[in-house]
Amino acid sequence: MQRSRFRTVCAVAAIAALTVGVAGCAESKRESSSNSKDKTLVFGTAGEPKVLDPALATDGETYRPPRQVLETLIGNELGSAKLVPRLAEKWDVSADGTAWTFNLRKGVKFHDGTDFNAEAVCANFNRWYNFTGLYQNVAEYWLDTFGGFAKSESPTAPPSNFKSCAASDANTAVITLNKPTSRLPGAFTLPAMSIQSPKALAEYASESMSGDAQNLTYPKYALEKMVGTGPFKFTSWDRANKKVTMDRFDGYWGDKAKIAKLIFRAIPDENARRQALEAGEIQGYDLVAPADVASLTGKGFNVPARPPFNVLYLGMGQDNPKLADIRVRQAIAYAVDREALVKSKLPNGAKVADQFMPDSVEGYATDVKKYTRDVNKAKALLAEAGATGVELKFYYPTEVTRPYMPNPKDIFEIVKSGLEEAGIKVTPVPEKWSPTYLDDVRAGKPDLWIVGWTGDYNEGYNFAGTFFGRQKPEWAFDNPALRAALAKVDLEPSREKRIEMYKDINKQIMEFLPGLPLSSSPPSIAFAKNVTGVKPSPLTDEKFYTAEFTS
Amino acid sequence: MIRFIVRRLLQLVPTMFGLSLLLFIWLHRLPGGPETSILGERATEERRAQIRQSLGLDEPLVVQYGRFMRRLLSFDFGSSIQTGRPVMTEFGQRFPATLELTITALVIAIGIGIPLGYMAARRRGTWLDSGTVMGSLLGVCVPVFFLAYVLKAIFSEYLHIFPSSGRQSDLLEATHVTGMFVLDGLITREWDAAGDALLHLILPGIALASIPFAIIVRMTRASVLEVISEDYVRTAEAKGLTERTVRGRHILRNALLPVATVIGLAVGGLLSGAVLTETVFAFGGIGSFLRDAIEFRDYPVLMGFIMLIALLYVLVNLAVDVSYGLIDPRVRVR
Repeated sequence: MQRSRFRTVCAVAAIAALTVGVAGCAESKRESSSNSKDKTLVFGTAGEPKVLDPALATDGETYRPPRQVLETLIGNELGSAKLVPRLAEKWDVSADGTAWTFNLRKGVKFHDGTDFNAEAVCANFNRWYNFTGLYQNVAEYWLDTFGGFAKSESPTAPPSNFKSCAASDANTAVITLNKPTSRLPGAFTLPAMSIQSPKALAEYASESMSGDAQNLTYPKYALEKMVGTGPFKFTSWDRANKKVTMDRFDGYWGDKAKIAKLIFRAIPDENARRQALEAGEIQGYDLVAPADVASLTGKGFNVPARPPFNVLYLGMGQDNPKLADIRVRQAIAYAVDREALVKSKLPNGAKVADQFMPDSVEGYATDVKKYTRDVNKAKALLAEAGATGVELKFYYPTEVTRPYMPNPKDIFEIVKSGLEEAGIKVTPVPEKWSPTYLDDVRAGKPDLWIVGWTGDYNEGYNFAGTFFGRQKPEWAFDNPALRAALAKVDLEPSREKRIEMYKDINKQIMEFLPGLPLSSSPPSIAFAKNVTGVKPSPLTDEKFYTAEFTS
Repeated sequence: MIRFIVRRLLQLVPTMFGLSLLLFIWLHRLPGGPETSILGERATEERRAQIRQSLGLDEPLVVQYGRFMRRLLSFDFGSSIQTGRPVMTEFGQRFPATLELTITALVIAIGIGIPLGYMAARRRGTWLDSGTVMGSLLGVCVPVFFLAYVLKAIFSEYLHIFPSSGRQSDLLEATHVTGMFVLDGLITREWDAAGDALLHLILPGIALASIPFAIIVRMTRASVLEVISEDYVRTAEAKGLTERTVRGRHILRNALLPVATVIGLAVGGLLSGAVLTETVFAFGGIGSFLRDAIEFRDYPVLMGFIMLIALLYVLVNLAVDVSYGLIDPRVRVR
């Protein structure tokens, strides 16, 4: 007994000594904090950014912090997809569409104190153009906009459409292309084209990504730095706790942020995000489940909806001979009850989509062929095509919410019931969204599938060209006339002419009916009762410098 | 004792090798790959094929496994595809959170489970006994995620007593030394930070503890019931020994041996249960990171984390085996 007690006393003494010892080494690093609760806004996101350098990514969560810290030459008007001056006060394009001249804003400073000017603009464009190694794989938007690099390492890469960037004076930058492209000027608004401090890039981003699948390494800049000209400056990225912290930049050239600190905290579970808002731990969150909108609004939270800028569609794989028959595709279009889908399963403000772009995109046509629901017509078309009772594999994703597709299972059910009413037999294939579902869709496995697209900028090609600009295994059709029309519009320098061409293309697509556009939905964003000022953007390009706490 | 420990540690080598091989084959046979994690959902098939080639994912599995083993020999698990940082760094940064949560769950499960199991057995047939049995049944039956949502709805949304997510209030700007936030608050004398971190641990701790708690209660009750009918307990009581002595020296010391085994096994369950609990409570430990790694096919993280967790599991159970000797002097490990 005595021995046991002695051992216990020794153990307690040892632990106490250790604690005191460690306490001696560990000092509080807290500064006298001036950040009172009402100056810090914590916003719940669905995920963390992949990297801090937006040139290396395409996803919304990676773009969220750069949208506050970095700026582009051309911006989007708050709450809309209209182009407005940002770092360029004005811009001009030559008649042949190959030379873009930007008159830059004067007196703008990067967060590291260096000057923003034409040389800085060209340093950024030349950096992207001269990407090597794995950078060439991941710079998706550069590839989409300009096609290739100074020295493309892939033998299949197209030649770069980027020719040069010249600083004709300190405040004028001229970007020259080899041929015009419909992607511009829209792509100049993408976070991937944000202008970053050349000094910081030279210091931290000189190396490329490297390694193999077991040892992929990023340059320090992509993981630890982000230096731009925006209303907030990057402070830290706490990977373990999934938090990106930004502080107000008092040297900002425009309206200063009304909050002192902005934190994006990743809370992947949507119920957990809602509960955190209701518990007062966060002051806003994104990707609100449609089912939560009414209850949150009822409790007094601010839940504004973004204007719809997306399209959800039902894909049809024409490698199935039955679906290669236009009459079967038309029968499907007549069978699906899109009105019921929009009214019963999608949030308020959702619309039936009658073409592969929402009505807010310039180039939307009002006179496309419509397929108003008519089950008898669907049955007649199936009979005529000898496809009554046809069996189709219908893939749909699970465990995912997308702005255009808040509840895939419900959407699948309503589409399926319409098809079955017309006499089509449906074999459901539910799959996990990433990577299984997306991989199988890309590989062309399904007969039918649901997926969608949120626009990057207000340009018809960003929708029609993305879907049908090149042959894809999932659609499994070749329509040379459609491809030619899209190739032509892509090279048309006149925006007005392009808009008219898109209208014709939309009519052509809906006659050919490669799939069925289903709906456009307004995704919601939620804020605490006392937080106002953030304008929901159709492009998810919300700026938090306008956020404020009201009493 | 030392020979026993050394032998068990040597057995680890073939175990870990076999695990790595099986894991590697299984992971690489899963549909999909890490391309989406690197390129995003919008990348074309050509670009995806290109990145597979650039990363060596198109090479035969044997070659890829050989490369993995070469790195592993120098205890290098490579870098995470999601974050580009060494797997060991990621583990080191996230493990303290999971350890803190696991300890909390264990303290709840053991601290309440053993006394409750003991009292239920000593008061067999009373309302306390029936309530304990029913409660422990409920603990095993109710899914952890459901319990988590209910706890959050009551204690966070409605009563505002405990926070619903995270590890510490975002506004505190606390100093972090070990990564275990309660301990950090104590050693840096940031008492508010320690208290805040402790509050953040309660609900996930209860949710995670629910299953091991129920098992420990039931196991303790059954084991104590068996022991109290033994002659030596009756003799001890007949001799007039105090309740405390009978309980400590005669009942619990004998009854706790099977409970210790269950606790050792429960640690493994807690580590895997942390995946769900950490996700629901947005608690940044290895569990929530593993969940993301599975989704994004982050092979190095999956390999490294699962192997390290397996290693920990084996070591904890080794410690349990060694502890038998302390609980019951009749047991001597050789």
